[in-house]
Amino acid sequence: MITFIIRRLLGMIPTLLLVSVLSFIIIELPPGDFMTSLAANVGTSGSSMDAATVENLQRQYGLDKPAHIRYLTWIAGFVRGDFGYSLDWKRPVSELIMGRLGLTLLLSILSLIIMWAVAIPIGIYSATHQYSLGDTIFTFLGFLGLSVPEFVLGLFYLFIGIFVFGVSVTGLFSAEMEKAPWSLAKVLDLANHLLWPALILGTAGMAQLIRIMRGSLLEILGQQYITTARAKGLKEKVVVNKYAVRVAINPLISVMGMQLPSLINGATVLGIVLTLPTTGPLFVRALLSQDMYLAGTFLLFLSLMLMLGNLLSDIALAWADPRIRYE
Amino acid sequence: MSKPIAEPEPRSGEPAERSAPDAYEAASEALISRSEEETRYGLSQYQLMWRKFIRSRTAIVGGCAVILFYLIAAFANFLAPYGGDQRFIEYLYAPPHPLHWDAQTGLYIYALETTFDPETLKAVYKPNPSKKVPIRFFVHDSPYKLFGLIESDLHLFGTADKSVGVFLLGSDRQGRDMLSRILIGSQMSLTIGLVGVFLSLTIGSVMGVTSGYFGGRVDEIMQRMVEVIRSFPSIPLWMALSAALPQHWPPERVYFAITVILSLIGWTWLARQLRGKVLAIREEEFVLAAQLAGASDAWVIFRHLIPAVFGHIIVIATLAMPGMILAETTLSFLNLGLRPPLISWGVLLQEAQNLESMRHYPWLLTPALAIAGAVLSFNFFGDGLRDAADPYSR
Repeated sequence: MITFIIRRLLGMIPTLLLVSVLSFIIIELPPGDFMTSLAANVGTSGSSMDAATVENLQRQYGLDKPAHIRYLTWIAGFVRGDFGYSLDWKRPVSELIMGRLGLTLLLSILSLIIMWAVAIPIGIYSATHQYSLGDTIFTFLGFLGLSVPEFVLGLFYLFIGIFVFGVSVTGLFSAEMEKAPWSLAKVLDLANHLLWPALILGTAGMAQLIRIMRGSLLEILGQQYITTARAKGLKEKVVVNKYAVRVAINPLISVMGMQLPSLINGATVLGIVLTLPTTGPLFVRALLSQDMYLAGTFLLFLSLMLMLGNLLSDIALAWADPRIRYE
Repeated sequence: MSKPIAEPEPRSGEPAERSAPDAYEAASEALISRSEEETRYGLSQYQLMWRKFIRSRTAIVGGCAVILFYLIAAFANFLAPYGGDQRFIEYLYAPPHPLHWDAQTGLYIYALETTFDPETLKAVYKPNPSKKVPIRFFVHDSPYKLFGLIESDLHLFGTADKSVGVFLLGSDRQGRDMLSRILIGSQMSLTIGLVGVFLSLTIGSVMGVTSGYFGGRVDEIMQRMVEVIRSFPSIPLWMALSAALPQHWPPERVYFAITVILSLIGWTWLARQLRGKVLAIREEEFVLAAQLAGASDAWVIFRHLIPAVFGHIIVIATLAMPGMILAETTLSFLNLGLRPPLISWGVLLQEAQNLESMRHYPWLLTPALAIAGAVLSFNFFGDGLRDAADPYSR
């Protein structure tokens, strides 16, 4: 097991390097750099920056060096935990992104927990009550959940917050809690502001999990060892919960790796809609202002998060299903 | 094509009177069911798929809805009462008009009376019950080109009094009819998925089939490529790529660039799926037979492999459609995809982004229903297709 994890971690390094090169290239794609786009922005607002100032600034921040030199300087800093300097915020990138990545991670994990907690019981119900009214309703709701994009759900959430409850639901805290010192009420307020976004984020994944759980459990309930368990007089509850569900859950673990990208995607988009301080809003701003080190580091870290998540789900699967051999 | 074998008719009457009726019934039932089985064997793969597909009710409903959506997109200009950019400056943010009916005038709406709120200076619209404006069918209004070819100015419906607009779903910030814009926006939103899926399918099939068929070095390189691309979360990658599109590009080029960007990531999924299928089929006897008979690789791929996986290609394409549509709307919503003057569902939802407009003009959210409807029908349709694509399992 340990060797498996180490080999997987080592195997990630070349991929990660390629990902970092690609991230850098993509961020470099737009013509010009931060200073020229800054000059253009200043130009539209009336005053102007002359060419000499732009050049000076470019030299000062090393933007005049060839691309491969800039890439190497950027990537070499990673070892020291230095991810470059955000020209837009005039602060090191590492200061800006950690909290944001953390919140993205927190939101994703929270919604993963909600997803599983809701999907497994519903999946079991649907499989044991196949074609019943409840099953049909859940199947339809599941399809609906798959079909509505996160940002639309986010908009509806804002809409309901304003219309039904008359409160603004954006941000991490309500207005009166924003400046208040930490207390139980503030923690509850934060939980309240995170729970619903996490639920929205998990909707599509939840729908997927319900379908997989239902299908997998149905297949297993038809197997002979289940018949044997029933034949020897076990209670139906034990047959389902101890014999069938235990095995039926494995496919859920294996799709966890596939669901991570959509969680990270969703957290990015939802952050923008609900103005949560996730990676989303800052990433868009960095992209538009060509704040390249910030945007590139975000892209790289989101990819890293994805790869580590995949590794974790593989490990979880190997742990949960002893039939899987890892060579 | 093989003909279904005719079912032997049970000759009713004669033996039933002589022997025990139950035994006869059982025997004839067995005969019929066996002949049905034989009929099944005689059917081609696609006939089997069709049989299985039409058995699923949700798949049929989904399929019909998909066709309906594309028909609406094709005739959007005719179905919409107005052109997409036609403005009614007296009716900014007009609320949806309820339709009324009486025997005398037929369908009609009440004209809106505009007053100004003295405090906020916002226009307040009130229906004027004394002023009925009848709805007429097949009216002439703004000109358009049907399918980009046939010039016309005929619209399905409109008002008898041209100066009064009919806004069944309200109007937007610039006094443009939401219904018309949603209908016309379907053209962008639904075709971008189609073009994007087609592009990714082309790349994905070539990559997936070669990778699965040749294996070895080729396979390794392609798998590594897929792995690297898939290590990026798609939405942030799409965002970064679309942010790189120059602001001054004409709308047509942006549209094309967005489809290319969507397919740049979309193909990896298709390639993975196809590779798996090809890997399995490569080991089948008919491929070996063709190779032993001296067929070239190209012949084996195009005559044997591609036809064998074609059903799966279609299924994978259908299942990829919702993702494409959602990606386009999400990007456009974030101001990173299609931009005005192009009209797509995502572009329309940009207007609903701020809280103020949502609070006062909730009808700006109606495009979201169109998105959900389209994606829902594609999901139902694709799900039915996936089950049908494997016709040998029951």
